[in-house]
Amino acid sequence: MYLTTATRWIQKIQEEKKCDISAQYGLQVDPDAYIKDLSVGAQQRVEILKILYRRADMLILDEPTAVLTPQEVEELFKVIRSLVARGVSIIFISHKLKEVMAIADRITVLRDGRVVGTTRPAETSPAALARMMVGREVILTVDKQPARPGEVVLDVNDLHVLDDRQQTRVSGISFQVRAGEILGIAGVQGNGQTELVEALTGLRPIARGRVTILGNDTTRATPRHVLQSGVAHIPEDRQRDGLVLTFPVADNLVLNTYYLPPFARGIRIDERTVFASATQRVQQFDIRTPSIHTLASSLSGGNQQKVIVAREFTRPIRLLIASQPTRGLDVGSIEYIHQRIVEMRDQGCAVLLVSPELDEILSLADRMAVMYHGKIMDILPASQATPEKLGLLMAGVREG
Amino acid sequence: MARSPEISQARVSMWQRVANAMALPVLSLLSALVLSAVFILGSDLKVLTAFSQFFSDPARALLTAGKALADAYGALFIGVFGDPAKIFKEVGEFFATGDTQGLAIAFYPFSENFVTATPYIFAGLAVAFGFRCGLFNIGAEGQIYVGAAAAAFVGYSVEGLPWIIHAPLTFLAGALAGAFWAGIAGFLKATRGAHEVINTMMLNYVAFNLIHYLLNGPMKRGGAAGTIPISRNIVESAYLPTFFPEPIRFHAGFIVALLVAVLVWWLLFKTTLGFEIRTVGANLHAARCAGINISRNFILAMAISGALAAMAGAGEVMGVNHNLAEGFSPGYGFDSIALAMLGGGHPLGVVLAALLFGTLRNGATKMQSLAAIPIDLVSIVQAFVIMFVAAPIIIRRLYRLKTEVGGQMILMRGWGG
Amino acid sequence: MAARTQVERSRLLAQRWRGLFYLLVGLAILVFFTSETRPDQIATLGLNTTRSVQWVRLPDLVVPVVPAVWVLAAIVLALGMRDLVRPFRRGGWLLGIASFCFLAAFLVWAARGTSFSLIGILSASLQLATPILLGALAAILCERSAVINIAVEGMMLSAAFTSVLVANLTGNIMLGFVAAMATGALLAAWHAVLSIQFKVNQIISGTVINIFAIGMTNFLNQRLMQEYTDLNNEVTFPYLSQMFPDLGKIPIVGPLLFDQSPIVWLALILLIVIQVALFHTRWGLRTRAVGEHPRAADTLGIDVFRTRYINVILGGVVAGIAGAYFTLGSVGRFDKLMTSGRGFIAMAAMIFGNWTPIGALASSLIFGFADALQVKLQILIGQVNIPYEFLLMLPYIVTMIALAGVVGRVQMPAADGQPYEKQ
Repeated sequence: MYLTTATRWIQKIQEEKKCDISAQYGLQVDPDAYIKDLSVGAQQRVEILKILYRRADMLILDEPTAVLTPQEVEELFKVIRSLVARGVSIIFISHKLKEVMAIADRITVLRDGRVVGTTRPAETSPAALARMMVGREVILTVDKQPARPGEVVLDVNDLHVLDDRQQTRVSGISFQVRAGEILGIAGVQGNGQTELVEALTGLRPIARGRVTILGNDTTRATPRHVLQSGVAHIPEDRQRDGLVLTFPVADNLVLNTYYLPPFARGIRIDERTVFASATQRVQQFDIRTPSIHTLASSLSGGNQQKVIVAREFTRPIRLLIASQPTRGLDVGSIEYIHQRIVEMRDQGCAVLLVSPELDEILSLADRMAVMYHGKIMDILPASQATPEKLGLLMAGVREG
Repeated sequence: MARSPEISQARVSMWQRVANAMALPVLSLLSALVLSAVFILGSDLKVLTAFSQFFSDPARALLTAGKALADAYGALFIGVFGDPAKIFKEVGEFFATGDTQGLAIAFYPFSENFVTATPYIFAGLAVAFGFRCGLFNIGAEGQIYVGAAAAAFVGYSVEGLPWIIHAPLTFLAGALAGAFWAGIAGFLKATRGAHEVINTMMLNYVAFNLIHYLLNGPMKRGGAAGTIPISRNIVESAYLPTFFPEPIRFHAGFIVALLVAVLVWWLLFKTTLGFEIRTVGANLHAARCAGINISRNFILAMAISGALAAMAGAGEVMGVNHNLAEGFSPGYGFDSIALAMLGGGHPLGVVLAALLFGTLRNGATKMQSLAAIPIDLVSIVQAFVIMFVAAPIIIRRLYRLKTEVGGQMILMRGWGG
Repeated sequence: MAARTQVERSRLLAQRWRGLFYLLVGLAILVFFTSETRPDQIATLGLNTTRSVQWVRLPDLVVPVVPAVWVLAAIVLALGMRDLVRPFRRGGWLLGIASFCFLAAFLVWAARGTSFSLIGILSASLQLATPILLGALAAILCERSAVINIAVEGMMLSAAFTSVLVANLTGNIMLGFVAAMATGALLAAWHAVLSIQFKVNQIISGTVINIFAIGMTNFLNQRLMQEYTDLNNEVTFPYLSQMFPDLGKIPIVGPLLFDQSPIVWLALILLIVIQVALFHTRWGLRTRAVGEHPRAADTLGIDVFRTRYINVILGGVVAGIAGAYFTLGSVGRFDKLMTSGRGFIAMAAMIFGNWTPIGALASSLIFGFADALQVKLQILIGQVNIPYEFLLMLPYIVTMIALAGVVGRVQMPAADGQPYEKQ
């Protein structure tokens, strides 16, 4: 991603300074490596080194753990603590309540651009912080019954997927998802999860392998065909792939069903039905919008995601593929989405949940798979999964 | 959540929305006209010499400038409305003697506005339709010629058909030719990702050369012995009827254009096809994710766009010239880019903008003959119009507007499509 | 190797078709270019220019038509056969060789029984390629910093106009040249402000410039030049061979490289300068960083906006030189719409050349050759039964084909077309 030569130049400067910065702050980085070859955690260390090289007194870290494994998060916290000990001030911005509780000396909560309150970890709890963030009680854990898996809905066999530059991003993945269960795919972002989801939904060609949905081979299916096979897709990037921001809510609610009865008869669209259905769904899913004719761009992130959920969950679906369904959402919306997903599962839908947020996987999934460098490291049932085990798998360390 | 209060609320804001929507185009046009006045003055040597002595004789400088502008805009007025004195006289004559001939002559300039607006409506719809799918069709000019050629051919080579069959057939032939021509670019974009800006432009040049060849070869009147590059006249059964006595040229094409505009509106906003096209134009990724076939829509949108542009050519052949000649289009296709933008990519806006542009060009012709202002001034005005519409913030700053003017219309597309 | 992936299988299938395609091309060469040819006919390819005297007069290349066509066809047939049986890894050079054989056979056939100047057509190719090359360089400068510039056509046209106007007004050809560069720079600045400052869609702002340029040049041409015709007197730079007569006398190289306007050489020098600057200097690195990943460049302290402004305006200067070539480097007077789409072809050349100056050179030479070909073919009109209008279409069709064949295999700057938002 970064221009390799540009950062090479920076490396050279560090070399000249004899790497003492690196040792001084305990940030180990191989100065001869190209940035693109470093792990994300190491890349982050380079970023921190860059800033320290300029003699920074203050470090602002904005969601720094988003792309780190649990072990790398620990490493980062060690670095932060040592920097603090040397007198560097640090602003640590994060939505992950547990981390904030672990690392901060003081915690300030913002909501709607205003400071809601400042407290210390000793005097508060994740639940209290959540209440400050949202303004009401928030249930942080998901209450769910044990799963009752039924027939196999999604069968993936030896899947190989290439990216746009013909590099292999998914190499030989096989798994199954049954009706009434949630299979969570954990892993640091960039290990092939995006390409996997694109391949399953028909948005990316499959180089090798087979995908079967309810017995139908969908390996070479078009996105429409996949959708018509009873698949719902909550895309990773809701503003780019899930919604048309310049369209009204009503149109977005029929984005993939506009051509089907009762919304259309032949080539004509029946506006009255579209509007009636939109009104009903806005109410059912509690979407906060001035009207169904409001443009989607005016909605908050949480409500935008609710539009997508409303659209997908009111279709006759057997398989739900949800990719980072709560990315960038406030705690209240996260709670809502999680409840709806579990509801779907309990109604007999098979759910494939892809998320780099370990907590989300741990709280929702019945079985958990970890993806690393395009392969599935292991699939664990929920009872056996711990953050440590998953963290190791996410870093590519197999047990035994 | 009852529906009626919602709809009445939507109605109130609709009038507001209309007013808002009109603010930007109107102000853009005004500002563009003002800016182009600079060109009128700046290229007039009398004015320049007067201004070079500005400080010694400011009155004369301003007077010269004023006269130059008055000449120019006066000519524009006569071109658009006709000579008021003459009109009064002829109306009086008509009531006295029932003489329609004089009346027709007096109203001729005014009727020309609609005659010129007709191809603009078609071409504007064409470009706007492309915009709706995120496609930039700058090949409208070539599509107009191709449509005109096809229409002329069917118009003069088929005889003995009743008007009710021949005319629609001729018109359709033109539209299909345009659909095919633009479809090439659409196909290349859909299958190879080649950008339509370059391809439609190249097809323009191919079209111009093709017409040149046809008019000096197979379609030349009089065959090889013919002297001028013009085709045979089309048979009367392929004419678009006129309604008023000569010299008024107003023909049924204008009505057809309005009907087509309604058809396009219905297609875009009330059908599944239109929904797909608009979605592809608004957000390609979401469209793909929702299962919409992008390639199919690119090709269809370009084809429809080409058909619409070609209708402009067919209309001119069938309603005005009754034959095909080189240069019959003074740039309808290129002008329609600015037109479509001014109209906000909406069929109703396009019709209004087309009327405006038709009026402008019609008046500019008089400006050229009466005040020696080259008709290319129209292009300069257009360039500024597009700029103001595309960067609404300039108008907002200029006129200290508080409200949101204009909206997004076309999306970014790189070369890879 | 184990079972092939579906992607690999489809690629192999495509290669089989490719082999078949070249076989057909070879057959086509054989069939078309031996038709209407008597077995003993020869084609004479002139290697000397008629314009000046050379030190050594080279003998004309006498080519027996039918045997030559057979040989060329055989080459392509052999390659096609080999490709069918054992497909080549990379088809790029295969296309190059096949195209060369096809063109050579076509030329030889077109010149059967008569003669035409090979040097002439090559020299004309360079001449016609120059504005395309300069246009492509201008576009590359802009696009490498991620600003799409389709206004090259308008910039060229306006610069052509002002160069003649100013040169005649002041009586100084260099001032005319400077005026051309300034015009290009001004229009580029307008484009830059619209697209960088006001974040207008770059294709739209480019169209604004193009429409304005057509309007302004036609308008002022009619207002000023048709009344005061002295303003449109012919003004040109002397050819290098006229300034240094000895250079022009070198066989082959002389007429090819030195019987040209100095602007041609300026273009070649600019080509080298830009190639080196873009890929081996810090400025070039910054430019490319801004074009690929402006956010990263910004965090590195590079001023994204300033870099883009500078690049776009520099591009405008080069486009101005291209415009000057149409007049001061060629016919000397301004005619309405004289650029006739060369600006758009220049953009296609940029894409075809993968956004590099060297690539742009290769593609503009190809397009220039297509252009020169259609001019020469009009002379051979009796031999080639194609109406001259279709020949005129040739450069445009070649552009379309090149573009279609190449998109997907070339890599545009990653941030191309996206305005930068400081967050």
